[in-house]
Amino acid sequence: MEFLADIVLLTDSTFRIATPLILAALAGLVAERSGIVDIGLEGKMLAAAFAAATAAAVTGSPWMGLIAGIGASVVLALLHGYVAISQRGNQIVSGMAVNIAVAGIAPTLANFWFRKGGQTPLLTDESRFSAINLPFAEALQDVPLIGPFYSEIISGHNLITYLTVLLIPATGWMLYKTRFGLRLRAVGENPEAVDTAGISVVLLRYQAMIIAGILCGFAGTVLSTGLGAGFIRDMSAGKGFLALAAMIFGKWKPVPTLLACLLFGFVDALQGRLQGVELPVLGEIPVQFTMMLPYVLTVIILAGFVGKIQAPRASGIPYEKDH
Amino acid sequence: MSVADNKLPWWADSILLPVLNLLAAFLVSGLVIWGLGEDPYIALSYIVEGAFGFEEGISYTFYYATNFVFTGLAVSLAFHAGHFNIGGEGQAMLGGLGLTLAVFMIGDVSPLLSVFFAIVGAALFGAAWAYIPAYLQAKRGSHIVITTIMFNFIASALLAYFLVGPLQRPGGQMPESADFPESASLMGIHELLAAVGISFEEGPMNVSLLIALACAVGVWFLLWRTRFGYELRVVGQNPNAARFGGISVSRMTIVAMMISGALAGMMGLNELLGEQHRLLGNFTLGYGFVGIAVAFMGRNHPVGIVLAALLFGALYQGGAELAFEMPTITRDLIVMIQGLVILFAGAMEHMFRKPVTMLFARFAERKAV
Repeated sequence: MEFLADIVLLTDSTFRIATPLILAALAGLVAERSGIVDIGLEGKMLAAAFAAATAAAVTGSPWMGLIAGIGASVVLALLHGYVAISQRGNQIVSGMAVNIAVAGIAPTLANFWFRKGGQTPLLTDESRFSAINLPFAEALQDVPLIGPFYSEIISGHNLITYLTVLLIPATGWMLYKTRFGLRLRAVGENPEAVDTAGISVVLLRYQAMIIAGILCGFAGTVLSTGLGAGFIRDMSAGKGFLALAAMIFGKWKPVPTLLACLLFGFVDALQGRLQGVELPVLGEIPVQFTMMLPYVLTVIILAGFVGKIQAPRASGIPYEKDH
Repeated sequence: MSVADNKLPWWADSILLPVLNLLAAFLVSGLVIWGLGEDPYIALSYIVEGAFGFEEGISYTFYYATNFVFTGLAVSLAFHAGHFNIGGEGQAMLGGLGLTLAVFMIGDVSPLLSVFFAIVGAALFGAAWAYIPAYLQAKRGSHIVITTIMFNFIASALLAYFLVGPLQRPGGQMPESADFPESASLMGIHELLAAVGISFEEGPMNVSLLIALACAVGVWFLLWRTRFGYELRVVGQNPNAARFGGISVSRMTIVAMMISGALAGMMGLNELLGEQHRLLGNFTLGYGFVGIAVAFMGRNHPVGIVLAALLFGALYQGGAELAFEMPTITRDLIVMIQGLVILFAGAMEHMFRKPVTMLFARFAERKAV
């Protein structure tokens, strides 16, 4: 029975932890399918987390937080787009620049506005996306099997996690079932052909960056107003990079990327559960080693299981009309 | 655009454009400082005064610059081979670990032997930490940017494990090792100057500055004066041409990354052997990432890297003074300025190229008439 309870708890936290990963990975997916490598997911997430926590703390409304988070992320996405599309600069350097600049400016502003050593104030339950208890969650709690499944795993997440469940098929539909999605994928594979067809490569890529910015804004907002209750220095903790790794592991396709994110979420949830637990044979694993798990797993996956990399062909290459 | 590239004289390309990019980054930083309610001009004067105004300040500036020469060279060498090594931070951590293990293993012997072992330990561990991502990139095609970032996180956890476990100071509570043996220490530059009769205030600047400069000369010689360096640059510029020329791209990737990791690993000489005399958790403080800014600011040339490292050293030391003088400003702001310098000098390096080229073209036309 305890084993079952463990499974329920693990599954529950897997969904919670995977939410920002999935959103960021979808953002990376849209950007890369249009031909832009976005290593700045991390910075955009952090900026969104900061902007959302700040706006929510000041206005008391999580919705204002969401708007601010998305706004901050879209601005940075457009900046990255400007470097990658209009300036034809190095996209990896630009992404790293965004990451580092945000890691500096977010705590600076937090300190300036709130004087709490680079954090934002703790958000009250009304000013964040707190857990939503679905109808009948309590009534069904004691029903065997369905009870814990419904009331623990399905119920009790924040609104953005539920929204993510909708955003996944929406992004897939946009990419594969609309004319815009077809063009977007084409511009990542063969921009010359798209250009020849009279469609603007530049406009398409900027549009892709805006969509990526919005998705990444959700990812950052959920970090500080859904999972957490305020902005903490470096709170993205490499999630943007894990999301990129998940996208590569998912071969730039929505469903495999989703599964990879869930796997990362599960490993992260597992490492949280393993801390201080006495295991058979191994004994207690030092906390530093359990903390390494998601990162080690990422390396192993990239090394062993990805196989032949099939990145979008034009990804990372600036498009020059005049050659 | 490629035609226009050739029209600029060398000094415009390697001095004027970087200076313009830097000014743009500083302009935006000044706006942020102004937005924080402080006077950017006064802030700048605090930075300059703090970095160069007094002997101890100068010593700190060069001390920080030493770190950045190591990490900047590391990023640049990998970049010449066509790879983006973001793992300098982790490689520096492991270098520090290797250095610590080496000095404790050899014990209290003659200083020269002790320092020699420290260098070998630092370089070896740094190189080993870069070897794994390099091998995975070369043989399995694993994206080196992501794997090196993952290795930073892993290195940080590994260092934390050692410092609260096997290497922790006996009886201590902090994540730090016991003090190094007496002999494992690098002489301060002020002591060196005192030996030749020049008095200079005591400070953290130490002999590893000279080691760093020697590394810069070494990297220059390796890249531009040896066959190996030529092959390395060919691989970076055009891997297909290299392959046709009979150069093993995967072998070059691994070797270049290992040299890069060794350079990053040697950062510990300055921090640990020169100043702290013990291993500290997260002693790297993001210096590995600053290496990216230094390398791009310095146009990936050792001379430029040394100058850029000095600039960032001044920014760090001056920034510390600034944070002390202006309470609204914290050291985080210096991190932001680094990011902006990477953005303007690295990613948007072409921003001023077109206008400057046009200006030069018009000037040349007039001359011709």
